[in-house]
Amino acid sequence: MGLFDKFKNIFKKEPTIKNDIEIKEEEKELQSYDEALEKTRKVFTSKLSLLSTKYKKVSQEYFDELEELLIMADIGVNTVMNFIDQIKDRVKKEKIENTEDLKEIIVDELFIIYVNNDVIVNKINYSENGPTVILFVGVNGVGKTTTIGKLANKLINENKKVMMIAGDTFRAGAVEQIIEWGNKVGCKVVGKENADPASVMYDGLEIAKNENYDVVLIDTAGRLQNKVNLMKELEKINKVIGKIIPDAPHETLLVIDATTGQNGISQAKSFKEITNITGIVLTKLDGTAKGGIVLAIKEEVNIPVKYIGLGEKSEDLRVFDIEKYIYGLFKDLF
Amino acid sequence: MFENLGDRLQNALSKIKGYGKITEDNIGEMMREIRLALLEADVNYKVVKEFINNVKEKALGEEVKKSLSPGEMFVKIVKDELVELLGGEKAPLTTDKKPTILMLVGLQGSGKTTTIGKLGNHLRKKYNKKPLFVACDVYRPAAIDQLKQIGKELNIEVYSEGKENPVTIVENAIKYASETGHDYILIDTAGRLHIDETLMQELVNIKNTINPHEILLVVDGMVGQDIINVIEGFNSTLPLTGAIITKLDGDTRGGAALSIRHLTNVPIKMVGVSEKLDGLQEFDPERMASRILGMGDILSIIEKAEEVIDEEEAKKSVKKMQSGKFDLEDFLSQLKQVKKLGPLENILKMLPGAKKMGLNNINIDPKQMARIEAIILSMTPKERRHPEIIKASRKIRIAKGSGMKVEDVNRLLNQFEQMKKMMKQLSSGNMKLPF
Repeated sequence: MGLFDKFKNIFKKEPTIKNDIEIKEEEKELQSYDEALEKTRKVFTSKLSLLSTKYKKVSQEYFDELEELLIMADIGVNTVMNFIDQIKDRVKKEKIENTEDLKEIIVDELFIIYVNNDVIVNKINYSENGPTVILFVGVNGVGKTTTIGKLANKLINENKKVMMIAGDTFRAGAVEQIIEWGNKVGCKVVGKENADPASVMYDGLEIAKNENYDVVLIDTAGRLQNKVNLMKELEKINKVIGKIIPDAPHETLLVIDATTGQNGISQAKSFKEITNITGIVLTKLDGTAKGGIVLAIKEEVNIPVKYIGLGEKSEDLRVFDIEKYIYGLFKDLF
Repeated sequence: MFENLGDRLQNALSKIKGYGKITEDNIGEMMREIRLALLEADVNYKVVKEFINNVKEKALGEEVKKSLSPGEMFVKIVKDELVELLGGEKAPLTTDKKPTILMLVGLQGSGKTTTIGKLGNHLRKKYNKKPLFVACDVYRPAAIDQLKQIGKELNIEVYSEGKENPVTIVENAIKYASETGHDYILIDTAGRLHIDETLMQELVNIKNTINPHEILLVVDGMVGQDIINVIEGFNSTLPLTGAIITKLDGDTRGGAALSIRHLTNVPIKMVGVSEKLDGLQEFDPERMASRILGMGDILSIIEKAEEVIDEEEAKKSVKKMQSGKFDLEDFLSQLKQVKKLGPLENILKMLPGAKKMGLNNINIDPKQMARIEAIILSMTPKERRHPEIIKASRKIRIAKGSGMKVEDVNRLLNQFEQMKKMMKQLSSGNMKLPF
């Protein structure tokens, strides 16, 4: 069953083999994506729908406008060009003439770009023994600290013993910010202002080990990926973590702002060179930005999205689901 | 900042150099290249379309001037169009009201609070203003602390009332400013989405209460195509008097910066170019276009140098250089001046032809300069004035004193000797500058 059909079923609420509770959960999740992406979608899908009304038959003009639409969603330029070629191929092979029939193919192909025959795991890789360490990295202002606060809240609700380490000792007010989050969600924070980040991490991880914490969330200072010294510092942070807890960090999450353009690809590439990025957190998806750059990042750098941020409240963090994401973008088509 | 876009455009442009005439055929491929380069730089799709059409039209319709080759002609057309796109003229900040009230708005994480600090610093330095920061981000945890820390670092007063209603805070802040003689009031607001009706209304309320002379939107230089929705959202409710683009010191191609003015008529007034509190520059379309096209930006270097370098000190050095009496003492004082210019690589990148000289990707370790300084500081004043007396045992002492190796001391002395020779040649007119 194609993705398109699956969405149609969800939308029409056709029975599936899942039990009621699961369906309810799924619907709830879908609804939250749905609401958050509503503004995003309004602009995006209505344009795509208009396109099919404007051009009944497949033509070059149709493809030009489709290209514009996808580029405006920040899906990388290369990715879009390849994508359009792919669609053109299918149109030729399958002798498609009506743009109406293309809608389905567009959704399916976008899904294929992201999945690309991989088994996509968006679960956290928990450590078998000792604390699981999750390191957060990214450029300035993407929402690292906020994401950590939200994830701490989520994990605490799952009855885990969680610690946050204030590793951003550089930006003014960053330590206070994470302490406020700690108070808000009831989570221990280890941190000291103006200290060397590596030493803060050392202190925090020692405590985590001795006091049997389940999960340690480590904040780092925002750094632009072309700043050599700051990237070296990140390398050092990684080493320190690995020295205290072998195999750690178990997850290194790159936080990316949904409004980011093509630079997102450069961010993913550069951070991946320095650290073993295991996933992306796509933040601020509750605006009008579509965060399409994650499709290009998956295609070009092969990093999957693990979480998305849909607001500023402590519960506004969701496990990423590509089907729901694409559904959220295209709902009005079905 | 715009190196990548510049590279691609230059590559595209180099293709036309050999042609004797501009025709639809020979610019076709180049136009496609330029189009891709702009799209990959996040320039708005519509702007790209328009830009390409304008350039094409002008290039084909242009009468060939005898003084310019078709290649030069084409580059000139591209540059003129770029300047036009970027707004044509400089758009200075309002500074003549007493007090001038300025308010920064924008999405979360675009860099408002840091920019307030930089703006305060800039206004104080360049316009002799006495700024007051007003902390109105009452939502994000620790935002007020952040502004206070920046204020402390710059020695600029911060007005805050904790998490009160921002409208009341700004009202009181203005009263306070008139009592205390602050003549430039900078208001930091919380980051918000342009579609958040409640928070947008809050901005309108602040605006209606105090009538700011400037309402500036702070835009992250890394934003993608969605920026157009953001700007339209803010501009339709407020309206904006200008924009500040931040984080342009990253490797972003900053296409958003290229599109804002053209799409919305909101001028770009300042750009953020480093994390340091002096890393804010006035935006100049002409210079920016030159820089994008790899034509260099000597004017910005000179301006920056004038801002930080002590003129008297510099004149003294030049005299000494010319007379060949330049010693390590002078070298040290120059080193200190250069340090004030900020990261050297930023300066090098602005040189014309930086790309050809391989200076565009250079990374200078600031520690390297610190090491040189440490070596010189470990010398006695006599040694600094007469480096020729530094022999083996002195070298060992200097190396120990600075925590470096004897080889490092040797290298520094050798380099210094070479530099001196070069200066003599330069001042006697035997050598031309490399650019």
